Amino acid sequence: MRLERRSHTPVALLLGAPALALLFTLAVTSLLVAWAGAPVGRAYALLLEGGFGSRFALTETLTRATPLIFTGLAAAVAFRARLYNIGAEGQLYAGALAAVAVGGLHGGSGFAAPAWLLLPLMMAAAALAGALLLLGPAWLKSRLGVDEVVTTLLLNFIVLLFVSAMLDGPMKDPTAMGWPQSVAVQDTLQLDKLVERSRVHTGLPGALAAAALTWAVLRFGVAGFEIRATGANARAAAFAGVPVRWVALKVALLSGALAGLGGAVEVAGRAGYVTLDMSPGYGYSGIVIAMLALLHPLGVVAAAVFVAGILVGADSMSRAVGVPTYIADVIVAVALIAVLVATMFTQYRVRR
Amino acid sequence: MAGVTAAPVLRLQGICKSFGELRANVDISLELARGEVLALLGENGAGKSTLVSILFGHYVADAGTIEVDGRPLPPGQPAAALAAGIGMVHQHFALADNLSVLDNVMLGTEPLWWPFSRRAAARARLLEVATRFGLTVAPDAPVGTLSVGERQRVEILKALVRGARILILDEPTAVLTPQESEALFATLGQMVAQGLSIVFISHKLGEVLRVSHRVAVLRAGRLVADLSAADADATMLAEAMVGRRIAPPVKRAHSPGPVLVRLDDPPLALHAGEIVAVAGVSGNGQQALADRLCGLGGRGTLRLAGQVLPSRPRAFVEAGVARIPEDRHAVGAVGDLPLWENAVLETYAAPAFARAGVVRRDAARAFAHDVLERFDVRGGTLDTPARALSGGNLQKLILGRALSGAAVTGEPPRLIVANQPTWGLDVGAVAYVHQQLLDAAAAGCAVLLISEDLDEVFALADRVAVMHRGHLGEPRPTADWTLPAIGLAMAGSAPDRAETADAA
Repeated sequence: MRLERRSHTPVALLLGAPALALLFTLAVTSLLVAWAGAPVGRAYALLLEGGFGSRFALTETLTRATPLIFTGLAAAVAFRARLYNIGAEGQLYAGALAAVAVGGLHGGSGFAAPAWLLLPLMMAAAALAGALLLLGPAWLKSRLGVDEVVTTLLLNFIVLLFVSAMLDGPMKDPTAMGWPQSVAVQDTLQLDKLVERSRVHTGLPGALAAAALTWAVLRFGVAGFEIRATGANARAAAFAGVPVRWVALKVALLSGALAGLGGAVEVAGRAGYVTLDMSPGYGYSGIVIAMLALLHPLGVVAAAVFVAGILVGADSMSRAVGVPTYIADVIVAVALIAVLVATMFTQYRVRR
Repeated sequence: MAGVTAAPVLRLQGICKSFGELRANVDISLELARGEVLALLGENGAGKSTLVSILFGHYVADAGTIEVDGRPLPPGQPAAALAAGIGMVHQHFALADNLSVLDNVMLGTEPLWWPFSRRAAARARLLEVATRFGLTVAPDAPVGTLSVGERQRVEILKALVRGARILILDEPTAVLTPQESEALFATLGQMVAQGLSIVFISHKLGEVLRVSHRVAVLRAGRLVADLSAADADATMLAEAMVGRRIAPPVKRAHSPGPVLVRLDDPPLALHAGEIVAVAGVSGNGQQALADRLCGLGGRGTLRLAGQVLPSRPRAFVEAGVARIPEDRHAVGAVGDLPLWENAVLETYAAPAFARAGVVRRDAARAFAHDVLERFDVRGGTLDTPARALSGGNLQKLILGRALSGAAVTGEPPRLIVANQPTWGLDVGAVAYVHQQLLDAAAAGCAVLLISEDLDEVFALADRVAVMHRGHLGEPRPTADWTLPAIGLAMAGSAPDRAETADAA
């Protein structure tokens, strides 16, 4: 048996493959649900209801999906150019910290600038912080061949420790009764709620706009063409005259900026301040989401909503039937593997 | 044709094999006599490899039978094919460089449960076989230190030591110098004289006619000719392979213009309107020279029409350098991108195709359409990924992209750097590429052709330089070279030194 590349993929297969992957995922995880002693059908029904079944569930899912879209885009863009940025988690925190530094109420008062000026400044600072954080590893990779997986991953821990130092030091909120949290961003800079009595904020349309813009750049832009060519075959791109090193740096800036923006939006849209547990691994989930989306920026939106829905739904299911919430991680992980295998079958066929 | 006897050692009967829609082999029947050299000819994709893979047990035929010495060969079992005495020498050697010749020959011949390997016996057998067929080797030499010709001998010995009586040689001369090829042909003669049978796969018609007794031609999966080599000639075989008449490239008189290109290290001057070939065995520094002339960096200064070109691909493209890389799949094109994007890969940043950071899709697609049309690229539409193209069509696309740069940058091609432009292409595509190079030279372009194919070098070049161990010799008019002289130069003995040796 061997795999053979398909010359073209039937449309039915292209649409059917993800559906089959999802069914496979549910079948596999149902074994675990049954093992935990819960009725499988009811557990899945609760999961679906808890993630998407009510106004509250839906708004919670969308709230959770917002930072995931940003980190998913960050991973998708970088992976397209074969820059394996595992550091979105750190870039997200760096962005959050930068947002507080620009928009925070230091010593009870912040920069006295109107919100229409300060808000873009805050976002730009966050994007810049994330971008600069990835620039180092990207430069080391293109100049010295240092593996960016290692450098970006390790930077996450450095950033987290740095955040911890800041939260206990210069950016500590004096009114938080010793709790390690940063000062809050000014009220005028906090993002508006999108829906009454919910936590969904205007960061969501921001995330959607970022996805659309990323898609447009990749599909229509000169930069996108360079990124796709470099990612698909760097040698051929370099031979043809694509400035591959410069492209790698541009990708790093874009990817880091997206993750940094995610951090700023999460701070300004939810708590208003930075804590050390602000992100339950949004950066790492972003990698999974990008892979689930097959590195397509618009697919990232769908994948982020899917993953957020599973996470939120698993919370409520676990309360009702007593299956540990870890089931959500298992579902996402199995779905990732299933989608990757399904994708392989859309591009290859098995021959005997 | 001495030694050919009546009873066939190998008989293929009605072999059919399909891959989905593609019919790779259709009802192929062939016989191979004892002591016979059968040449198997065909373009890429004609079904040669499929047929050989079936013979060797890698594929199972949909229909048909194989008999060796009158006994049916069980399908799909490489071990059975080996046991029946079928041996294969691949074009790309499968040797371990760090092991000795003896170790390489023994590799895989002994069961793993033997506590000690029987080296003395294996050495005796190796030397016996080597002497019998005139294949001199040093059993203890590490394979890494051997020349290409010697490595090929080791590969042949591997097959012979395992008792092969039917030897399949896949493009055996592709990597050899003319002298090494001669030595190989002598070996083949000795092998058939002792009753071995040989299937010789090649696309060099001259040598096919020389060494084989019989020629079988495959086209589109069918056997279209099976005739005695004595009754065949090169033109006829070429036509049988492609199914139509091939016009041989028309070479025009050598009338060089002024010096157009000057490289100082290694010193090289190219005149407008001439084709200069760099011959040599692969791996003698041609890649570094090609990289230098393609703007990928390297030593020395390159002047085009007196102007120093900065060593960047884009500067070269904009100055009118058309570049054809050796590896068309890995370097010439981005396989996952569609044809239209590949067509503008060198020029996408030019104002014709980019405005305010956005690709001018319509203009780029129109340009790509024009390239596909004018350079006869078949097998795909604008949106087909480049990897779906055959080698010949991909090469036409790369050629078209390089030669059409003028439409974008306004600079007509002034220098063409073609590194092995016809490697692995079929006869029709080769003729096409050759004609394009000749036409460009006739139009006043300087052409640098790096090639390992001496037929190509002699057919196209006005002047020929030989490269050996990184040293580029002085280009001399093609008429001044003889085949033995160029062979000696490729093997590293300078022609003048050889002449002195003759005089002494």
